[in-house]
Amino acid sequence: MNTRTLPLFVTIGIFLAGCLICWVQFPNMASTRVLGNLLTDNAYLGIVAVGMTLVILSGGIDLSVGSVIAFSGVFIAVMLRDTGLHPLPVFALLLGLTTAYGACMGWLIDRLAMPAFIVTLAGMFLARGAAYLLSIDSVPIAHPFYQTLQNAYWLMPGKGRLTLIGVLMLLTFVLGMIVAHRTRFGTSVYALGGGEQTARLMGVRQGRTTVLVYAFSGLMAGLSGIVFSIYTGSGYSLATVGTELTAIAAVVIGGTLLSGGAGYVFGTLVGVLTMGLIQTYIVFDGTLSSWWTKIVIGLLLLVFILLQKGLLHLSETRLAARDA
Amino acid sequence: MTGTALKRIAPQLLALAALVGLVSLFYPGFLSVSVNDGRLVGPAIDVLKRSAPVAILAVGMTLVIATRGIDLSVGATMAICGAVAAYAVSAGTGLPVALALAIGAGLLAGLWNGVLVALVGVQPFVATLILMTAGRGIAQLITEGRILTFTDPAFAFVGSGTLWGLPFPAWLWLALAVLTALVMRRTALGMLVESIGINRRASALAGVNAVVLLIAVYMAMGFCAALAGLVVTADIRGADANNAGLWLELDAILAVVIGGNSLLGGRFSIAASVIGALIIQTITIGIRLAGFPSEYNLVIKAVLVVVILVLQSPRIAAEWRYWRDEARRKREAEGKGTP
Repeated sequence: MNTRTLPLFVTIGIFLAGCLICWVQFPNMASTRVLGNLLTDNAYLGIVAVGMTLVILSGGIDLSVGSVIAFSGVFIAVMLRDTGLHPLPVFALLLGLTTAYGACMGWLIDRLAMPAFIVTLAGMFLARGAAYLLSIDSVPIAHPFYQTLQNAYWLMPGKGRLTLIGVLMLLTFVLGMIVAHRTRFGTSVYALGGGEQTARLMGVRQGRTTVLVYAFSGLMAGLSGIVFSIYTGSGYSLATVGTELTAIAAVVIGGTLLSGGAGYVFGTLVGVLTMGLIQTYIVFDGTLSSWWTKIVIGLLLLVFILLQKGLLHLSETRLAARDA
Repeated sequence: MTGTALKRIAPQLLALAALVGLVSLFYPGFLSVSVNDGRLVGPAIDVLKRSAPVAILAVGMTLVIATRGIDLSVGATMAICGAVAAYAVSAGTGLPVALALAIGAGLLAGLWNGVLVALVGVQPFVATLILMTAGRGIAQLITEGRILTFTDPAFAFVGSGTLWGLPFPAWLWLALAVLTALVMRRTALGMLVESIGINRRASALAGVNAVVLLIAVYMAMGFCAALAGLVVTADIRGADANNAGLWLELDAILAVVIGGNSLLGGRFSIAASVIGALIIQTITIGIRLAGFPSEYNLVIKAVLVVVILVLQSPRIAAEWRYWRDEARRKREAEGKGTP
């Protein structure tokens, strides 16, 4: 059994078991409506989790994404309110801005040789502070183009709505899979996460890869911010507090090793859907309170971290046995 | 001995003094203290009181960071302990039992983190992430999603009482910092904690019981988080599972880093960390007093973190040494060239 793919299979197994439990208890949950809502409600989380997956695969962490999403929402709302620009150029401007922001953090991490979490922590403060400076209040978005975006959906059989942002999330995952598994950059990311020394000896350009991976995460956070603003129809500087942790949890539950170097983008999609499923289950049940979500996610995190630890131990002893 | 200790905290003291000077420039009454009803009143006293939660957390966080660890769960632990205390007090158990239960909950949270880090061997950042995520859920389970309020005046004293003229929380963090520093520096304990942070394997081989010591350090952190949670809960006379201690883990880490303690473990100074907490609070209150909107707070903190990171960075330090040596060599070469 390949120890690398085992976490992915465990993730898929847990997700399918969860689906089965939900279906047995509430047969109504097996409808395209629930599926459509699951995709729509978790679209912004899924998109940002794609970026987080690559960052974690490279052996880093990005704590700034929640704040960047909030900043994006406020930025779009304020730009649309104060200038006569069409949303599309604003989107382009924003994506450029967040990508550059991520690249700056990546550059600092590489140049300073400091832990990624403390650099991105500063990034988190800065992005949240910038959002506050733009506006403390929630700013509604009333542009007609937004109405078009919000009402863009494809009616699935069974009256489920496959919304534009849900499709966008799935496309992002496809993009993430191509970048991670089919490009030279993706290979460099895996190599870097496997070990910096080894990666350097193999000819990976460490600085360039670090900058690019955080730039990619910034781009995803910006895209997620756009999706979130479409989802809520407003920009609010206090929104998505703690989303970075939810995204990290989704990546870990998706079977990616937190120390980097092993994991799959597809696993993250399953992780996001598993977390969405827990939420849906709690809504369907009606008697459980929403704080159970946090506890169950914490427990899942524990299970996967222990599983990773066990697998690492297993492969180390196997290596030692082969050497002996 | 005291000379070297003073030298260690000099940059932090200077930064604090400069900051106080700067704030006084914008708000001349910053250092003015008046006596009102037998207690001291003034913005500076307010800083002493309001910095209590971060200062208390910073004491524990200093130890955790000295072992090359990090504890992200302290905010959630604060919420749990506050909820436990408020629940116990409103259930009529009396104050001592409520305090004991809350501190017990904090120690338990620390034990959980410590076992994951020391025995299971999970990275500290990851191990404490679990409790950070689940902790607020647990706190909400205790408060049943409401803000648990109470009217017990003895408990409220912990957060807003006055003792010998100063606010009680100020005494609490001062006493905690002094006691911890004494225990760490008058015994070999502080050195052992540092040795784990510098090289855990080597210190274990040298006979340090790293596992027990690590668990003890995380439990001390849990104890500090419980105290901070009690102060916050008592101050607002209610346990707010959602907002109690929110983001305070970051402020505590920031205080430790401002205190000049390396995130890569090793030598630590509790006094410097506590001054770091005072610096953060002075900035927060100073911004408000100087008439700036409080939104600037986060931006300034971010800039501060980046500046400290540049100062602490091993790579920048190496390059700086390289350039300095280059310049010296060049100067010497020139000196030889012109006899």
